[in-house]
Amino acid sequence: MPENFEPKILAFFCNWCTYTAADLAGVSRMKYEPTTRVVRVMCSGRVDPQFVLDAFAHGADGVLIGGCHPGDCHYVEGNYKLLRRFRMLRRLVASLGIEPERLRMEWISASEGERLQKVVNEMTAQIKLLGPLELPERFREWDTELHEETFDKEREVVASGQ
Amino acid sequence: MDDKTIGNGSEEVRIGFFICHCGSNIAGTIDVEAVADYVRTLPNVVVSSDYKYTCSVAGQDMIVEDILKYKLNRVVVAACSPLLHEKTFRAATQRGGINPFFFHMVNIREHGSWVHQDRALATQKAMDMARGAIARVKFHKALEKRREPVRQSVLVVGGGIAGIHAALTMANAGKKVYLVEREPTIGGHMAMFDKTFPTLDCAACILTPKMSEVGSHPNIVLWSYSEVTEIKGYVGNYDVTVKRKPRYIKEDLCVGCLDCIDHCVFKTGNTDDEFNQNLSKRKPVYIPFAQAVPRLVAIDPAACTHLNGGKCEQSCATACDRQAIDFEQKETFEHIGVGAVIVATGFKPFDAHRKPLYGYGRFPDVYTALEVERLVCSSGPTGGDVVLKDGSKPKSVGIIHCVGSRDHQTNRWCSRVCCMYSLKLAHLLKEHTDAEIYNFYIDIRTPGKGYEEFYERLQEEGNHFIRGRVGDITDVPIIPEEEGRMIVRVEDSLAGFVRRIPVDMVVLATGLEPREDASEIRRRFNISCSSEGFFLERHPKLAPVSTTTDGVFLAGCCQGPKDIPDTVAQAGAAAAESLVLLDVGYVEMEPMTAFVTEKYCSGCKTCLPLCPFSAISRDEEKGVAVINPVLCKGCGTCVAACPSGAITQNLFEDRQIFAEIEELLVHA
Amino acid sequence: MGNKPKIAFYWCSSCGGCEESLVDMAEAIVELSTQIEIVLWPVAADFKKKDIEAMADGEIVATMLNGAIRTSEQEEMARLLRRKSQILIAYGSCAYTGGIPGLSNQFPREQLLKYVYHDAPSVVNPEGQDPQTEFHDAGRVATLPIFSEVVRSLDQVVDVDYYIPGCAPNPELVLDAIHALLSGNLPSKGTVLAPDIALCEHCPRLKTKPADIAIDEFKRPHQHLIDPNVCMLVQGFACLGPATRSGCGGACLKANMPCTGCFGPMSNVRDQGAKALCALASIVAGTTNEEIDSALDGIPDPVGTFYRYGLAKSMLRRKVNMEPTLSK
Ligand SMILES: Cc1cc2nc3c(=O)[nH]c(=O)nc-3n(C[C@H](O)[C@H](O)[C@H](O)COP(=O)(O)OP(=O)(O)OC[C@H]3O[C@@H](n4cnc5c(N)ncnc54)[C@H](O)[C@@H]3O)c2cc1C
Ligand code: SF4
Ligand code: SF4
Ligand code: SF4
Ligand code: FES
Repeated sequence: MPENFEPKILAFFCNWCTYTAADLAGVSRMKYEPTTRVVRVMCSGRVDPQFVLDAFAHGADGVLIGGCHPGDCHYVEGNYKLLRRFRMLRRLVASLGIEPERLRMEWISASEGERLQKVVNEMTAQIKLLGPLELPERFREWDTELHEETFDKEREVVASGQ
Repeated sequence: MDDKTIGNGSEEVRIGFFICHCGSNIAGTIDVEAVADYVRTLPNVVVSSDYKYTCSVAGQDMIVEDILKYKLNRVVVAACSPLLHEKTFRAATQRGGINPFFFHMVNIREHGSWVHQDRALATQKAMDMARGAIARVKFHKALEKRREPVRQSVLVVGGGIAGIHAALTMANAGKKVYLVEREPTIGGHMAMFDKTFPTLDCAACILTPKMSEVGSHPNIVLWSYSEVTEIKGYVGNYDVTVKRKPRYIKEDLCVGCLDCIDHCVFKTGNTDDEFNQNLSKRKPVYIPFAQAVPRLVAIDPAACTHLNGGKCEQSCATACDRQAIDFEQKETFEHIGVGAVIVATGFKPFDAHRKPLYGYGRFPDVYTALEVERLVCSSGPTGGDVVLKDGSKPKSVGIIHCVGSRDHQTNRWCSRVCCMYSLKLAHLLKEHTDAEIYNFYIDIRTPGKGYEEFYERLQEEGNHFIRGRVGDITDVPIIPEEEGRMIVRVEDSLAGFVRRIPVDMVVLATGLEPREDASEIRRRFNISCSSEGFFLERHPKLAPVSTTTDGVFLAGCCQGPKDIPDTVAQAGAAAAESLVLLDVGYVEMEPMTAFVTEKYCSGCKTCLPLCPFSAISRDEEKGVAVINPVLCKGCGTCVAACPSGAITQNLFEDRQIFAEIEELLVHA
Repeated sequence: MGNKPKIAFYWCSSCGGCEESLVDMAEAIVELSTQIEIVLWPVAADFKKKDIEAMADGEIVATMLNGAIRTSEQEEMARLLRRKSQILIAYGSCAYTGGIPGLSNQFPREQLLKYVYHDAPSVVNPEGQDPQTEFHDAGRVATLPIFSEVVRSLDQVVDVDYYIPGCAPNPELVLDAIHALLSGNLPSKGTVLAPDIALCEHCPRLKTKPADIAIDEFKRPHQHLIDPNVCMLVQGFACLGPATRSGCGGACLKANMPCTGCFGPMSNVRDQGAKALCALASIVAGTTNEEIDSALDGIPDPVGTFYRYGLAKSMLRRKVNMEPTLSK
């Protein structure tokens, strides 16, 4: 594992709860790890498993989805729909060899700034133990077995141009 | 409509990036110049600059000028939370002549400088976030806000002093008001008090005129003994269902003569009188108190012999010469449409049983403050005589402050009114009994107009003040003077030793709590609670009566403990906010709704069951899904689920989010 | 003869079904053969690689290549044909998205070789030989292509112009594609040559699917009787019809089997498996982990269910850490 590994956690926060909780954590000057990159969505129900996989594929070491507590969704039940997808997605991701700890879903209400702080710190620590996922690097490494230089003149030109 | 063409891919994307120092709030932790320099190198960025206070008029003007000067068609501001200033900067973007939705905001203060310490890492994060926004904003489209008319009526839930004041304010401004109160009468807690601090004016004298005004106001529909069971719709256009519980009285016939009560077969009360804090009994047919509004009796189905299937001659019914009593009454439902909602459901006093060491329920003469409010009231259970359970007058009284408040075992918050009402009760008890009064306090908190003066007056009146949290109340004497009395054991933190004060009566200044059903109510009205359970205002300073649901406002103690002056002020503010909404006459709907692109929709029906607002229907002829933009609230659930990618959510389009994700993850 | 457009067919990691689908064109292919000149078709005719190498770059008008790319030889041929063809068409699910061979991206190469050459019950390999890329015998060298670590779709190796989906593609789509090619009436590069709409659109069972569908149990098709007239999802069978391009004519459903997704995603979808998972899981009943999990237990193999044909081309491409990490 590289030294000073700073995990990259892509986070999807629902506008009404977790995003607001993160704002509250800010207003309350609660310090937490600078590892998250937040995408604001109106409701956790907007989170498409494609987003999660895309994040991993583009270098996220972890993905955190934050929504309202069950029963509290601003849109009544978007979080339940997320939960259903999440339960399945977690299995899928695990089957594809990504440690399930790298994909986390948390219900954090607007008043739970402290909880947000705790979750981010905890997840950061967990991922630090797991080490980087580095899918883009792995993709590149996997593709070193391709034989561009020998077979593909065009590609060779492109490759040497880089 | 010119700006509609911008961003449709036909012209070059020209982005302006503005990063705010926010004084030192951001610049203290994030190297804003470095972020601006970095962003300047990103594709499509035409101008990138930093500014001390971007939200100031000068800051906004800079954005407007740069839009014109550099022919910008996208604007990204990195500053505080979009929940705070997105509107401000959208407006500035619009002033620059481009559609306001070509704007995106990056939250580097709340999510950045305020929560991180390492300057390099915080700066790195800010760069990443900025890059995500730059990538996303390229895909923004011009959007129009839809306007919907606002219904000229308001629903007020809860008829305490907060609800009463809000209802009257709205009604006097000419709006139609529906006031829904759960109990048979309005008045709330205030109606139970004899006097109010600090002026000691009689509660009834100031409250009853307002109550009767509510009862007779032409613009107010008062539904007592009722509850809101369902609310649907959106700001300006809420559809509300109100359940009216049967009171077994025909309201239009009852004139409040109370003959029925006199003629009830029970000659004295047979059930606890809740209004008197169960210190007396009432009959099954009753009116909570003499000045109740509406002045209508109610029959308590739990206490009435007939309604319990027993044999009863129903003398109340025969006594009523207007034949107003109707044992067959069933609950009914009213359906109304309103433009705004004011939630004013008040508080619940802390349950003193939860502090067992204070002996409530164990020693007969330990009272809650609310019970004492009734005892000192001339219309209370004893007619204003403060007597102990054995009929004697107390010679010494201990008032314990902060019961259940400022206490890590129960509630951590200060209930704000207990010090003041304890002083009030100390005064009244002294007046009524001439007893020695001991106040046991942690701190005396008197922040209010005339409050500190009131405290001084109480000291001058010869009340004792002992600083220290009471350990317990015991009846085990160790000296003869304690014999047969309760002993308050307290560590006097000023004197520095433990004291034992024998008293005949203990008053527990119980704190204020959220109502038991607060979380149910919160869900019904789609608002949030803060961690202790009171309803959450949109912003603690700048939007203290708004909630996260547009058109739903808060008034009174349901939002947090407060006294009557603050409650009334807040109710006025909630009424004013509602009036703004109604008087503007229309609401602008956020355009982040979803729509189906027909040619991609296979009609697979995946989306149909997902919409909580039934906004999605199926066009059977075309075999496609259709989203009603008026009903769609823009959660995006169907968008994520559509397996064809046929649904797009404005401002949260797949391509926008993918771009954001992918760029957030490239390390600058 | 010489000015008839030259067309090549080639196969890589595939089962032969795609070749079958070409043969299935029957008379049509005979008729076509008067309009085109087939320059390569290993399954049917004896052309040599060196013939292709001898051609000028771009001399072949179009090559239809089926099968995923798993060996160095396939890669080499793909690159060669790419260079020699004006238009390269990924033909069939394997070339398009990796197909069934792509599922082996869940296992390390060594494990696969070990199983195939040693552990499989039908293996007879008394000397415990492993395949070698080079074998020297009496001064002669025999070679085998390198078996790569990762299975790839064609466009993960070379630039692809069009895609014909299906396992296997059906003859109508292929004919349409060839006619479009001959008439020069081609859509923009990168287009998938099948309708950009999900299978449900034409499914006769769709009308039986209620608007308030909620699945409380997923069932596996081989363990239950399937009603031939009712939507598969209503019966609890994981049908990928909502997340899969049409164009197959609903062949599986006609045979009373749920759609398994071979035609791949619609153009607005980036990862068919994730989308299919999302669509199906969103309509599962239950609000607690337990209720939801019990419904989802009927999908014991999410990769095989949602990425049966698309793993190689999916966002994650392949199992990341080869040590099993499955936990509940
Ligand atoms: C012992 C005591 C003494 C006090 N003395 C003073 C004093 O002297 N001076 C002073 O300024 N303040 C005093 N206060 C504070 C004062 O009681 C509050 O400021 C005031 O009552 C708040 O009014 P409210 O309308 O918000 O709540 P409430 O008085 O609690 O009224 C809420 C109303 O809403 C109704 N309701 C609740 N839920 C529903 C529902 N779901 N649907 C419909 N209706 C519902 C209730 O029945 C009630 O009528 C005292 C408080 C206590 C506990
Ligand atoms: S989920 Fe998508 S494809 Fe299916 S009916 Fe709804 S909009 Fe159409
Ligand atoms: S986004 Fe879709 S599910 Fe959400 S409210 Fe709109 S139509 Fe309904
Ligand atoms: S889900 Fe499958 S069975 Fe149901 S309508 Fe769609 S394609 Fe047909
Ligand atoms: S609004 Fe927060 S999860 Fe739906």
